[in-house]
Amino acid sequence: MPLHDLTLEQAHALLQRGEISSVELTQALLDRIAVKDKEISAYLTVTAEGAIAAARQADARRVAGEETPLLGIPIAIKDIIHIRGVPTTCGSRILEGFVPAFSATVIHRLQAAGAVLLGKTNTDEFAMGSSTENSAYFTTRNPWSLERVPGGSSGGSAAAVSGRMAFAALGSDTGGSVRQPAAFCGAVGIKPTYGRVSRYGLVAFASSLDQIGPIARNVMDAAILLGVIAGHDPRDSTSSKAPVPDYQAGCWRPAGAGDGLNGLRVGTPAEYLVPGMQPRVTAAVREAIATLEKLGAEIIEISLPHTKYALPAYYLIAPAEASANLARYDGMRYGLRVLGQDVGNTYEQTRAQGFGAEVTRRIMLGTFALRAGYYDAYYLKAQKARTLIRQDFDAAFERVDVIATPTTPTTAFRVGEKMDNPLEMYLADVFTLSMNLAGICGLSLPCGFDDQSLPIGLQLMGPALGEVVVLQAAHAYEQATGWHKERPAL
Amino acid sequence: MNLTLAEVAHIAGLARLALTEEEISLYREQLSAILQYAQLLQELDTEGIPPTALVSPTHCIMRPDEPQPSMSRDDLLSNAPATANGLFQVPLILDQR
Repeated sequence: MPLHDLTLEQAHALLQRGEISSVELTQALLDRIAVKDKEISAYLTVTAEGAIAAARQADARRVAGEETPLLGIPIAIKDIIHIRGVPTTCGSRILEGFVPAFSATVIHRLQAAGAVLLGKTNTDEFAMGSSTENSAYFTTRNPWSLERVPGGSSGGSAAAVSGRMAFAALGSDTGGSVRQPAAFCGAVGIKPTYGRVSRYGLVAFASSLDQIGPIARNVMDAAILLGVIAGHDPRDSTSSKAPVPDYQAGCWRPAGAGDGLNGLRVGTPAEYLVPGMQPRVTAAVREAIATLEKLGAEIIEISLPHTKYALPAYYLIAPAEASANLARYDGMRYGLRVLGQDVGNTYEQTRAQGFGAEVTRRIMLGTFALRAGYYDAYYLKAQKARTLIRQDFDAAFERVDVIATPTTPTTAFRVGEKMDNPLEMYLADVFTLSMNLAGICGLSLPCGFDDQSLPIGLQLMGPALGEVVVLQAAHAYEQATGWHKERPAL
Repeated sequence: MNLTLAEVAHIAGLARLALTEEEISLYREQLSAILQYAQLLQELDTEGIPPTALVSPTHCIMRPDEPQPSMSRDDLLSNAPATANGLFQVPLILDQR
C-alpha cells in the first residue's frame, strides 16, 4: 500500500516499529501534494522545508525514546489558524502577505506532540461559506468529483484528507464548517463542545460559535487528534477546565457495557427531514439508523421543535458577531491599506477592496441586526430563539444519549451552482447550525454514497462534553459498515 | 423586510464599506431576501425567555494581575502597512490647524 493511503493509526504503528521514518512519510505526502494538488487545490501554502525539518526532529525524538500518537505524523492546518512565521490569509485579500508573529494554542499542542505541519489549507473567506468558492484565491475541488465543491468552509482541509494529501487536518466549525465538508468529502469531522478546544490563535469569525475541530479518514484518527488539541488554555477564557478523557480508548465501549451498542439510546428527530432533501441521503441515513439498531441501540423518536428557527437565528447572530470581530480590519496595524483622501475614506476603501462579496454581505447583515431600533426585533429575538434551541437539546438529552441525523440535505453540489443565491447556499448548513447555537458536540461520518458515487454524511450529536459517547457510537457504526474504507479514484 | 437603497447605503457607512451604486442595489435585494426569511423568528413567542449570548457555563474568569511577557515591538510592527520611529504610522486623524 502506498504510504499516503495509510490511516493515521497505521502510519503511527509503522513509525513506532521503525519500519519507516517520519522524513520518508512526510516526503511521500509532499510528493503526492506536488502531483495531486494541481487538480484539487486544497493547499494555499505548502511548507515543505519546515515539514521536513519537523520530520527530522520527530525522528530524533523517537530515537531518543519519546512516543506520542502524533510523533512524526504529517497534518494540514486550515488557513485561519496561526502558525508563527507562516502566512495566514483566511482566504481573504485583506490579509494577503500577513505573517503571524505567534502560533495558536492548538499549534503549540500539535508541535509538542511532534506532529509535522504540511501547510495551510483553503477556506471560504474568514470561514464564511459552504463550498470554498468564497476564497479570494481559488476554489478547492472535491476529490470524488472535480466538478463539485468540497464543502466549506474547511473544504481545503477535508479535500486534503480525503485526497490522501494529509493524514488528518484541523478545521474550524462555526455553523458546520468542519462537518459539512467532511460529509461532502467522505471524511470524519468533529465539532467539539464549545470551550473544549482553545480558540487562541484562531482568527475570530463569530466568537460564541467558533470551535476548532479535527478532520480525518476514520473515527479513531479524528479522536486521536482531538485528544491532542483539547484542554484548558488560560489564553482563552471560554475554554473548559473539565478534564480531557482518553478519546482514543474512549472509541471502544467500556468493558461491561455489553455487546455492540446495547443500552445506547439514539434519538431521531422528525424535524431533520425537510422538503428538497435528496432521496438517497434520506435513505442512507435511515439505513444507518437501522444499523445502529441492529448493533443493539434503542431508537427513540424525539422532537427538537425549534429546529426551523436555527437558520434565521444563526444568520443574525453569526453576522452580528462577525461585524464586530471584523471591525479590526481597518488598514492601520496589519493587512491591506488602501489610502483614501482622509482616514475615514481610507477605512472604507481598504475594507471595500479587501473583503469579498460574502464577507461584505454578512458584515452588512450584522450591522443591520445590531443597529439601534432593530436590535430588539432581530439580534435579541435571535438570541432568545437560541435559548429555545438549547432547551430543545437539554430536554432531548434527558431521554437519549446521542441524536442521529443527516449532516447535509444533499451530497456535494457543482462548482458555481449556488453562487448567485446566498440564501440557497445557507441552506447547505441547515442541519449543522443548531449544534453551534447550543454549544454541544458531534461529528459527521460517512454512511454511504449517492447514485453519482458521492459520499453521504451521518451526523451524530451528543450533549456538552459528551464526545466519548458520540465517538463510541460512531466507531461501532464504522466498524460494522466500513464506508470509511472507500476512497476517491484520484 | 424590504430595505431601501438609502438604508443600505447608511448601513454600509456604519460598517465603513465604500460600495458602488451597483453593489448597493445588489445588496439591497439580497439582504432584503435574507431578512424576509429571518421574519420567521417573529412568529416565535419569546415572552419571558432570556437571551443566550454565550453557551459556556463559565463567565467572568478572574486571574491574578501579574505582569507577563508580551510580544516584542518588532513582532507587533512586523505586519504594519507603514511604520515610523518604531510606531504604527497612520493617516492624519485631526486637522493640523
